[in-house]
Amino acid sequence: MPEKKIRVLIAKPGLDGHDRGAKVIARALRDAGMEVIYTGLRQTPEMIATAAVQEDVDVIGLSILSGAHNTICPELMNLLREKGMHDVTVLVGGIIPEADIPALKECGIAEIFLPGTSTQDIVEFIHKRLAH
Amino acid sequence: MSDAVKGTVTTISPAEASAVPRAPSPKERAWEENTLKPTLEKSPERQSEFTTISGYPIRGLYTPADLTGWDPDRNLGFPGEPPYTRGIHSTMHRGRLWTMRQFAGFGTAEDTNQRFRYLLAQGQTGLSTAFDLPTLMGYDSDHPLSEGEVGKCGVAISSLADMEVLFDKIPLANVTTSMTINSPAAVIWAMYLAVAEKQGADWKKISGTLQNDILKEYIAQKEYIYPPEPSMRLVIDTFEFGMKNTPKFNTISISGYHIREAGSTAIQELAFTLRDGMEYVEWGIRRGMEVDQFVPQLSFFFNAHNDFFEEIAKYRAARRIWHKAMVERYGAKNARSWALRFHSQTAGCSLTAQQPYNNVVRTAIQALAAVLGGTQSLHTNSLDEAWALPTEFAATIALRTQQIIAHETGVTNTVDPLGGSYFVETLTNEIERGAWDYIQKIDAMGGMVAAIERSYPQREIAEASYRYQLAVDKKEKVIVGVNDYVAPEKPLDILQIDETVATRQSERLRKLRAERSQADVDRQLASVRKAAEGKDNLMPFLFDAVKAYATVGEICDAMRDVFGTYEEVAIT
Repeated sequence: MPEKKIRVLIAKPGLDGHDRGAKVIARALRDAGMEVIYTGLRQTPEMIATAAVQEDVDVIGLSILSGAHNTICPELMNLLREKGMHDVTVLVGGIIPEADIPALKECGIAEIFLPGTSTQDIVEFIHKRLAH
Repeated sequence: MSDAVKGTVTTISPAEASAVPRAPSPKERAWEENTLKPTLEKSPERQSEFTTISGYPIRGLYTPADLTGWDPDRNLGFPGEPPYTRGIHSTMHRGRLWTMRQFAGFGTAEDTNQRFRYLLAQGQTGLSTAFDLPTLMGYDSDHPLSEGEVGKCGVAISSLADMEVLFDKIPLANVTTSMTINSPAAVIWAMYLAVAEKQGADWKKISGTLQNDILKEYIAQKEYIYPPEPSMRLVIDTFEFGMKNTPKFNTISISGYHIREAGSTAIQELAFTLRDGMEYVEWGIRRGMEVDQFVPQLSFFFNAHNDFFEEIAKYRAARRIWHKAMVERYGAKNARSWALRFHSQTAGCSLTAQQPYNNVVRTAIQALAAVLGGTQSLHTNSLDEAWALPTEFAATIALRTQQIIAHETGVTNTVDPLGGSYFVETLTNEIERGAWDYIQKIDAMGGMVAAIERSYPQREIAEASYRYQLAVDKKEKVIVGVNDYVAPEKPLDILQIDETVATRQSERLRKLRAERSQADVDRQLASVRKAAEGKDNLMPFLFDAVKAYATVGEICDAMRDVFGTYEEVAIT
């Protein structure tokens, strides 16, 4: 029986339009056999949470380069909990100062991928995480 | 200028650049047979193929055989004369160094004003303003969508009151200022002109550059508000206004920088940028302006990436293509329309978060390429920019890098020192040819706006960017400290943006709205709306609105009411 495909929502929250990273990750995860939905630009946490519920995704990948992560991430995590999405794995990729990482993990972000991460590392992380 | 006008107009045709097959001399063939071949048999080269960072194949040796039919008088020419391969001025950096223009902006207008004055005190020769994302997207600092973004990626400017603080004690009559703003460019420019007027600076004499390049926003950076048609109208309005009122101001900086940062190749950067330039020229002509009256105020902005020779060849090819296009496509007769002037910035996307001090070295080499390529102005990135906006310490090293290149290396002693190199000339020809291929494809689609609407450049860039990522993942391209030579390290001290910026900005806005005449603001916003519905040049209306202290958000909203907003078709 074919294995169920991992479903991933790649989202670009905030006002920033630099979508190179989001697009590369979307494509790499798709090439790794996952089902990827890309939200497009300028998504509010509300829009992302709603899309995640509608698409019934296993993973949400947020691309944030603008420094707005400390506002966006806690807000999204609260919305996801309110909508009953307790099991979804939320990942952040982008420019995140190391000092901010503990608080982001504290609010429920599963992992933060900094510049220079290989796409293979992200694919492996998702596989490992969802195997549990 | 007069010399150039007298000069014969000859340019290499795109086909000509490559039409002639390689014809090695008997001596070269003998070398291949007797010297190269035995070496390769004993010890093969490190890789089966050598390519530039853009993936462009590079031969082991370039010789006269690569330049068959190439005529130095015709294809290379002399600096300050068509086809400008060697630079747009006859003395280049011997006559005048490039402008050292460090992009800066963070927090409130006060914060950035202090950084500006610090940089000027350190010998920087021009200002360059980074605006925060709410400003770039035409929202005030207190708009709900601005939450978390105020003052983060640049300075928060919501009204003329902020702009007055930003340039406090900076005489706009003497300093040239570049402003990186696109969708709301006309509004921000109106504010700048209002500050200049208040300072008593003569508009006819002030100089600077408005980025104002909306096409590359649709293509790469994605900070657009309105659909292409009204956005282009706003751009052409600024051209027309600038032509009449601020003859020394660059009304646009047609930018390849962001296209490259989005992952394009060097050829794509060049082709899309120059085709964007041609699109603006065509819209200007359709407005009824004379080519030679508005084109001299158009400037360019290119990336300075890692691949040293590819970058130098790119700048040289850029000048040749622009000259050819201006003469042959648009019949320009003014040498100031022919000569492509450009700003350059080292590649932000090449900076690594790992081992950040290595970025000083990367930046220095990239900056050197821009200088050897004949840049008119330059921004060098700071070592910490893969983490955050630069600290004062990091920004100072970046500026010093330029000063070292200018004063210690000797590269400014002669014009176009790489001219005549078999390799550089061949690469210049090939990059030029590659760019023309793209330009002709976009012509066939009906121009750049049409190409953008069918996502053509966006798709080409996404492809190139993914190809590059795969090459890095497979270590076909080595990035020191990232996929090779990795070492443990301590975190860097970075600039933290004060979280009170948003609160302070909201408070300022509340006060502004209480103190200004709301009736006046309402009247001015109604005029903007009415003008947007018609065909008049919007600049005078925007100017009156900013002077009444209507905010960026209010003015952009007035235009949103008329123009609507744009959503792209997201491609991955």
